[in-house]
Parts: sequence; structure tokens; C-alpha cells
Amino acid sequence: MKEVDEKDLLRELVAHLRQHRTELREEWARRITDAELLTAMSREEIFAEATSVYNNYVETLETGTLETLHAYARNLSERIIPRGVETHEVVGIVLLLRDVLARSLFAKYQDDFQLLNRVLDAYEPAANRIANTVAVGFVQERERIIREQQEAIRELSTPVLQVRERLLILPIIGVIDSQRARQLTEQLLRGIRANRARVVVIDITGVAAMDSSVANHLVLTVEASRLLGAAVIVTGLSPEIAQTLVRIGVNLGKMHTVGDLQGGIEEAERVLGYKVVPIAESSERA
Amino acid sequence: MAVPILKQSPYLIATIQSALSDADLLSLRDSLTEQVGRFRSRGVIVDVTALDVLDSFASRTLRDIAYMVRLRGAETVIVGIQPEVAFAMVQLGITLEDVATALDLEEGLAYLDKKKLNSGRG
Repeated sequence: MKEVDEKDLLRELVAHLRQHRTELREEWARRITDAELLTAMSREEIFAEATSVYNNYVETLETGTLETLHAYARNLSERIIPRGVETHEVVGIVLLLRDVLARSLFAKYQDDFQLLNRVLDAYEPAANRIANTVAVGFVQERERIIREQQEAIRELSTPVLQVRERLLILPIIGVIDSQRARQLTEQLLRGIRANRARVVVIDITGVAAMDSSVANHLVLTVEASRLLGAAVIVTGLSPEIAQTLVRIGVNLGKMHTVGDLQGGIEEAERVLGYKVVPIAESSERA
Repeated sequence: MAVPILKQSPYLIATIQSALSDADLLSLRDSLTEQVGRFRSRGVIVDVTALDVLDSFASRTLRDIAYMVRLRGAETVIVGIQPEVAFAMVQLGITLEDVATALDLEEGLAYLDKKKLNSGRG
């Protein structure tokens, strides 16, 4: 039996994987379809990506450096995440490729069990590092996108609008997390002082749900506004939010609510002493 | 340091100009309670615009002022709580319930005038 150096073994198996790349890639693509992965992509797209993934995979086996692979994984993720590809699919296809290549190595070295063992000793750690790198790259890309979206939502600045003397409206739309809730409160309090508001209508029609910490924050906002001499009317509570508020035991005596924005503005006008009357269609003309 | 208390009939206006020690706060409380009787005031305004901190002792004392002054026949309004101070207070659970608040001196006077109108019959 030949004394084979591990590096030589690696080179040998890489050469084998390159030589048989066409059939191995097809085997892989077939397994992907059988496992019903990447259903969001067409066969042509899968094949195109498969080719470059395969080449990167084998090259990483050869060089042992993961940086290029990591960069490639993030680049690939950036392209396929908008297509709706999920984490389990990406991990799944990389593991399938690892299996397809491993089977091919079994077949080649099946006659020499000890050699096969040494080949696998060289292949397996490398293959596992690759699977890890690709999965981590994908997840990091996803997290980056989520962070960007959160930033964008946060920057959808919620305007504090004056609709009458002393009357402000704060329409809130979208997802509120604790940080955004804090931002809104600071903006509102500054707006109350700047506009000398006596009544504020906070409309949350556009908010589907809030967790208990945000709900508590809403109560704090109402209390803080009162300290600045402004009464708060909350409008547009969804059934889910109403449930949350009851569940966390909010003192409803402290929160003045009205069903919808229209009702809220009408109530605010009443509090401020306005009465809105239609301009009479005068039938008597002098 | 004594807080200046101005008489603006029928109200008293106390303007706090800097951070007060606990003793100063209690002294303010006692002065206002006494003067409400002496001048037969109908209302008291405590202006805290200059304060950038309102801790629990100060808040409790302001509440005490409101209660004691009410027992002597006058209404109290706290004015000038800054946005940052208001935010800090509510986070600590200090809400100054049962005490009237207004944005500033002008609003505070308007509030007292309205109260006087609603309650007084002469």
C-alpha cells in the first residue's frame, strides 16, 4: 500500500470531482428536485446556480480557504433571498451536494477500505466547513436585509400634524417596536410643546398588533402628555390590541379611546370647544 | 433659597428658578399653604420650567402642595414640565395624578380662569 500524504489525497479527490463534474452536478440537481427544494426557481435557474456552486465547492475543497466561499455565499444569498428561498433550502442543497460527492468517493475507493477511510478523513472536515460557511453566509445576509428593513421602517418618520389650533394628530402606521415607540413619544412631547397643543389624537388604525411593552409605552405616552397639559385620545384600536391592553391590565380610566379617527377628531373638537356646523344653504336670499 | 411667590390676584404664582433642596421644597409648600389663607387666593401656579429633574420627593411635595392648598380652598396647577422631564417621570411611575398640569404660565392661568368660571357663582 502506498504511503499517501493527506494533501495528495485531497488533490486526487478534487481532480476526481472535477473530472466527473457534469454527471455529479446532474445527480445533484436531480436530488434537489426530488427533495422539492428551490421550488421558487426554475430548472434553468437552478442549473445555472448549481454550476457555480459546484465549482466554488470543489475549489474551496482544493484551496482550503473559506473567505472566497463566504463572499460567494453572501453574494448568492443576496440574489436568491428576494426570490423567496428559505434557510432550510440552502442548507439542504449544500448537504445534498456533500452527500452526492461523498457517494462518488465511496464508489471510487470502495475496493480499499483503509484508503477510503483516509480519503474521507480528508474530505469530511472540509465538506462540513463548507456547509457551515454557506449556511452562516446565508443567515448573515438575511439578517442584514432584516436590519435594513427595520431601519427603513424606523425612518418612515411619523409626522405630528396640527389640524386645528391646539389639536395635534399623530397617525402611526406599521410595526412599532420599543425603539420606535420611544422615538414617537419624544417627537410627540416636543410637538405638544411647540404647538401648545391641548389635545392629541393618536391614531393606531395602521398598527395591527403591539406587544405588552409597547402597549405600556403607549400608556406612558398618554401620562407624559398630560404632564405637559395635553389630553390624549387614542383611536383605531384593533380587536387584537384591545385584547392586549385588557390582558396587561392597563388602567382604562387613564386612557381615553374612541373607535375611529373621525370620532376622535370630533371628540377633540368638543373638548376644545369647537362646534362644526354646515354652512346653511340659505333659501332666503335678501 | 426661598422661591419667589408673586401675588397676581386672585392667584399666587411660584416660579422655581433652580434645583431645590428638600428643605426648600418643604418651605415652599408651607409658604404657599400659609399665603393662600392670608391673601384668600383662589388658585396657585407652580412653574417648574427651569427644572430639568423632578424626582419622587419633589413630585410628592408638589402633590402635597396641591392637596394642602385645596383644603384651604384653592386649586393648584403645575406648569412648565419639560418633555424630557415628563418622559423620565412617567418611566419611573411618577404620574402626578390628581394634580392639574398645564403647558406654561399662560395655559395655567387660562385653566384657573375656566375653573373659577365653572365653580364660582359670584
